Amino acid sequence: MESSRLIIHTMIVPAYGYREIEHTADWELEVWAPDLIGLLEQAARGMYALSGLCLERLQSQQRVLKLNAEDAESLLVVFLGEILHFIELDNLAFDEFQIELDGYKLHARLTGSQVQNIDKEIKAVTYHNLLVRQTGHGLHVNIVFDV
Amino acid sequence: MVSIQDLVRISEFEWEIPRTFRKDMRVPVRIFATRRLLEKVMQDKSLEQAVNAATLPGLVGHVLVMPDMHQGYGFPIGGVAATRLPEGVISPGAIGYDINCGVRLLASQIDYDEVKHQMGDLATVLDHYCPSGVGGKGEIRLSPVELEQVCREGSRWALKRGYATEMDLRHTEESGRLDGADPGKVSPRARERGQPQLGTLGAGNHFIEVDLVEQVFDPQAAQAMGLQEGKLVLQIHCGSRGFGHQICTDYVQEFQAAVKRYGIHLPDRELVCAPLNSPEGQSYLAAMRCAANYAFANRQLLAHNARKAFEQVFAGKQKNWQLEQVYDIAHNMGKIETHLVNGEEMKVCVHRKGATRAFGPGSPGLPEEYQKIGQPVLVPGSMGTASWVLVGTQASMERSFGSSCHGAGRVMSREKAKKQVRGDKLRQDLEAAGIAVRAGSMGGLAEEAPQAYKDVDEVVETVIGAQIARKVARLRPVAVVKG
Repeated sequence: MESSRLIIHTMIVPAYGYREIEHTADWELEVWAPDLIGLLEQAARGMYALSGLCLERLQSQQRVLKLNAEDAESLLVVFLGEILHFIELDNLAFDEFQIELDGYKLHARLTGSQVQNIDKEIKAVTYHNLLVRQTGHGLHVNIVFDV
Repeated sequence: MVSIQDLVRISEFEWEIPRTFRKDMRVPVRIFATRRLLEKVMQDKSLEQAVNAATLPGLVGHVLVMPDMHQGYGFPIGGVAATRLPEGVISPGAIGYDINCGVRLLASQIDYDEVKHQMGDLATVLDHYCPSGVGGKGEIRLSPVELEQVCREGSRWALKRGYATEMDLRHTEESGRLDGADPGKVSPRARERGQPQLGTLGAGNHFIEVDLVEQVFDPQAAQAMGLQEGKLVLQIHCGSRGFGHQICTDYVQEFQAAVKRYGIHLPDRELVCAPLNSPEGQSYLAAMRCAANYAFANRQLLAHNARKAFEQVFAGKQKNWQLEQVYDIAHNMGKIETHLVNGEEMKVCVHRKGATRAFGPGSPGLPEEYQKIGQPVLVPGSMGTASWVLVGTQASMERSFGSSCHGAGRVMSREKAKKQVRGDKLRQDLEAAGIAVRAGSMGGLAEEAPQAYKDVDEVVETVIGAQIARKVARLRPVAVVKG
């Protein structure tokens, strides 16, 4: 059975990435990308990496996701919440993200496969100090997960 | 940033951040800590989060922080805040995602010395009977109707199905059932997540632990609780699983708009809230109570399964192998209680997040056998270290809205703990120290290493010094099942 651990992409594509930030009790992830679409994808990949998630690559599956949010922060929380829900509901995670945005209205086609293993449970995506910041290098956000 | 110079020393065990520290504070912050513990806490954002919490509308008295405090999200872990009814607010983030996460303690008459060679077997059988791990599902899959019954009835649902005794309910906070739960306020997604998870431990810092009563400090209180030196007891630490997590997630989302409607300005969006007398506030309260009742039933089912494990290992070999419930207590909850604030008796919503109710002697709601001694307060230590049984005091009623600490409290991040500690080595060390360990993952075990936590004895000495609790017994772990 082939498996693949989702790993940090920062060294391959420096404009996109994520890294874990020290947090006493929970998990904090710093995520960056040139735009909001990239930020959503990197946040999902970072969240999978924090969970120690491995995919079985037996049969790919697709899901379509439609979301509507008031602002970028809410969209991030809701989007990641949906991604977590697919793990719990269908034991499904994604490694391809085709995301379209119209303002904060999202339409995504997600392709992935069954989860072979996951080390850690994320209880929730929080709004704690959540702020999508525009920097000289694109968008940055720090996300705290309750674990 | 809060520095030690910003604090006013009230006593060796109590400090205050005055209301003047920041313009938007509505009440001062009162911290129960020694200077040594404070210095440790200064390394994270606990106190900054407590100051943020002090901006919630309708607060009375102080925002309180217990000595096991640490940085959380929005509201600090170890925080207590009371808002006045009817117009004060309720904040889901000030209660936490794991609604009614709590601890249950059961006592046996089994002599540890007679059975210590069986601790490995006991840990294995407990691990078998009590499902744990990421997204773990239990033996029971509730139908939609049964889930609603659990929401409304809590531990009483378990009693009706033979998973509990009357004494279990009598020895549970609120008898294992909060009034006012309304499943109609719970989303379809929360229901979907709740149906398969009843009777499961989950992962993270949740555990089942067998301890021996190492030392009794208050014989009268210990006797009332059925605790005897040298005998085995069992602790269960878990909460409302995905059901509670989803309810909190749903309402934190919904309240993002509610704060705008009510003109509430907050320093952190995770603190979003709604007035208790608003439709939004009432809906959350009713949904939160569903999760609280689910958690009471969840720990009840785990206790039932732990009893099966004890029966399998000890029946026929030990005379009195039964487990009798000492108490079950929540440490993430919002409760409507009556307290005396500045000499005035008032109804308040007490938010406790990583803080335990610690009602003193004579308080309403305590069973007759605990009326004289006060409510049992259960303080689990970190893995491999002591746990404590305390009781609430009159001073806790006067100074901390009847609250005390809930554990040791983290000082080290999970990432750092994993870098410093190897799970398999930790397991070997614990086994060498006479503690049988069964864990879902070695990484998860490393994250919960004792080095990642404060010294629970120091935390307990602080609440004792501050007189908001009294010592009854110290427990020493002998077998641990980690989620």
